[in-house]
Amino acid sequence: MAFGPFLLLALMEGLVTAAVLALAAAGLSLVFGVMRVVNVAHGEFYMLGAILAWVVASVVPGPPAVGFVAALVIAPVLVGALAAAADGLILKRLHYDPEATIVATIGLLYMIQQATLSLYGPNANPVPAPFEWRIQLPWFGYSGYKLFVVLAAGVVLLALWIFMRRTKAGLIMRATQVDRTTARSFGINVDLVYMGTFALGAGLAALAGVLIVPIQQAQYLMGGDPLLLSFIVVIIGGLGSLRGTLIAALVIGLSDGTISMFFTPTLAKIIATLLVAMVLVFRPQGLFGARA
Amino acid sequence: MTNTLLHPTRRGLLMAGGAGLLTAALPGYVGAQAAPIKIGFQLHRTGIGASYGRWYERTAQAALKLINDGGGIAGRPVEILFEDDGTDPKRGPEVVDKLTQSDGSDVVMGTLFSNVVIASAPRAGELKVPYLVCSEGYHVASGILNRWTMQPGITDVRSQITAMAPWVSANLGKKVAMIFPDFAFGHDHRDFFTAAMAAQGGEVIAQIAIPPTETSFTRYLPQIPAETEVLYHVMVGPAVLTFVKELGEFYGTGAKPQFFGFIDSLEAVDTATPGLEFLEGSHFWEAHNRVKPADAGEHEDAYRAAVGVDDNGASVSDAADIATYSHMFSTWETLFAIKAGMEASGYTGPADRQKFVEAMEAMTDLPYGIERPQGAKVFNGKTHQVFGTQNISQVQGGKLVRVHQTSMADGAYGDAVDYTTMAF
Repeated sequence: MAFGPFLLLALMEGLVTAAVLALAAAGLSLVFGVMRVVNVAHGEFYMLGAILAWVVASVVPGPPAVGFVAALVIAPVLVGALAAAADGLILKRLHYDPEATIVATIGLLYMIQQATLSLYGPNANPVPAPFEWRIQLPWFGYSGYKLFVVLAAGVVLLALWIFMRRTKAGLIMRATQVDRTTARSFGINVDLVYMGTFALGAGLAALAGVLIVPIQQAQYLMGGDPLLLSFIVVIIGGLGSLRGTLIAALVIGLSDGTISMFFTPTLAKIIATLLVAMVLVFRPQGLFGARA
Repeated sequence: MTNTLLHPTRRGLLMAGGAGLLTAALPGYVGAQAAPIKIGFQLHRTGIGASYGRWYERTAQAALKLINDGGGIAGRPVEILFEDDGTDPKRGPEVVDKLTQSDGSDVVMGTLFSNVVIASAPRAGELKVPYLVCSEGYHVASGILNRWTMQPGITDVRSQITAMAPWVSANLGKKVAMIFPDFAFGHDHRDFFTAAMAAQGGEVIAQIAIPPTETSFTRYLPQIPAETEVLYHVMVGPAVLTFVKELGEFYGTGAKPQFFGFIDSLEAVDTATPGLEFLEGSHFWEAHNRVKPADAGEHEDAYRAAVGVDDNGASVSDAADIATYSHMFSTWETLFAIKAGMEASGYTGPADRQKFVEAMEAMTDLPYGIERPQGAKVFNGKTHQVFGTQNISQVQGGKLVRVHQTSMADGAYGDAVDYTTMAF
């Protein structure tokens, strides 16, 4: 394949990776920014979103699009509710102690993963895309659904940004992020904010899972890769910075797409990890993170 | 106070001795009646090989029922102890260990993924327990394993590939690009197909290795050279459906090469899945035809009924649950091979394990029958590997239709090892 089309395909693939990554990492970054909780179970919320999409799609009758739209609503809500429960039952009782919550979310990771294995089974199940539309370029064909994923992720991230910047709930969350004690003395129910934030973060991961599942398949082990990449994105972008997360997701996604095509996927992972090391050494707060 | 433990009375000693004798003799007596033969089964119940594990378990259970209904092995009932290896090479040897040492299995049946088999076989050798694998890989016949490891239920990949190459070069094209998983099984494909094509005057112009845990494939596809005449693909793992779908998206409605795939790329996947229309007219290797051929053997129906598979290769209870039909027969045939080996060697217990291996090595012709629903086979005692016939199917109307069957001679190659000269 000639260089031009090759690069185009690499960039398109990279954009899809970046879009899904941005959604998943935004949730992780939000949870860390507001709650100072490093959620190791974040990838499992992503996996649960994909699994629930399969469940919803197999229950809802009619064309695939109906089931898919239902999954887009139901899966994030259910996963968010589960996360809220986990917050109330586990994280709150640990007083959001950074070390304790890391260990607790590791436990949560295994509980969710093994519960899924027990209830859903070890198989990878496909979910039909809401529409079958293929773009035929002169050099190669491309899935129209993948481009839809990029668009959908963009819309969701824009909505999240508006929510954080333009609504009262967003203002309260930002206030809690800046100073939890002062926020509380101003009458903000910090516990409720934390619960909502954890649910929102998990919901975003679940939404990413629903979007990816027609491209991949729903399987209980699928939470591992996005977790690692989300951490990479969040560390580079700066924990708690939505803008940093988006930019880092684009950098990682596009470099992953192009490097894995022109060289090897392993090299892409090596470079991404090296980038993390460099950021941690020279700019520990991340590209856009506030100094702690 | 007298301590009877330190200073026992004569009566106490006699009674204790008598009780001891009784307890020692009792299980021997009961055992002579009905002690079951225990076959350990290292199973991919979870992990990336789970779809194979699901069907391996069902097929083994069906064969077990048939064996027990027919009087078991040498009159003894048989039980299978399944143990999950998570399709994980690290867990493989632990499972062999547990099945042998803790569960007291007489022999251990192995699993599919070649990385797990290669990791587990040395432990079986150390424990001196027969390890009968159902994995296709060339690792048994290549000589890298040991005298305790055998593959009596499925032809190895080297022979399968050797049998395919003449047909591919004569009917599909000479310039081949290969896509294969980047581990032992895929490397067998790479090495032997490349050599077999060269022997046919063809050429492999690209070798594209993909990690077996990969979930996204489009990024690898531009490496396929434009002048490719035949795209040879073999993929494994939970993402095989994604692989074929992305292959279809990549070529779309544009010009595309001929596709020749190992059915592994589509095991447990419905060929009529939306997005796979592009496979119409393409060819696949199959060991055992998923869709029942019109001229299927006389035992095909009984086998399908026993394992619960309909004429399209799906579960009779769920049409969406597609069998791993070209691999699962190996567990059935291996169980019957174990039965034959144990009965020939007069196997009575773990002390006879060596005799069992020697009896297996003495096997040669294995005729077609309900014991071997995939077809007649020849076992090579020196290489511990069985050989049979292969099929080439074409997707016609969304279904796999057999268009060619190879002979056993097509897949023949010279012995690389003589395990019978190795020490136990």
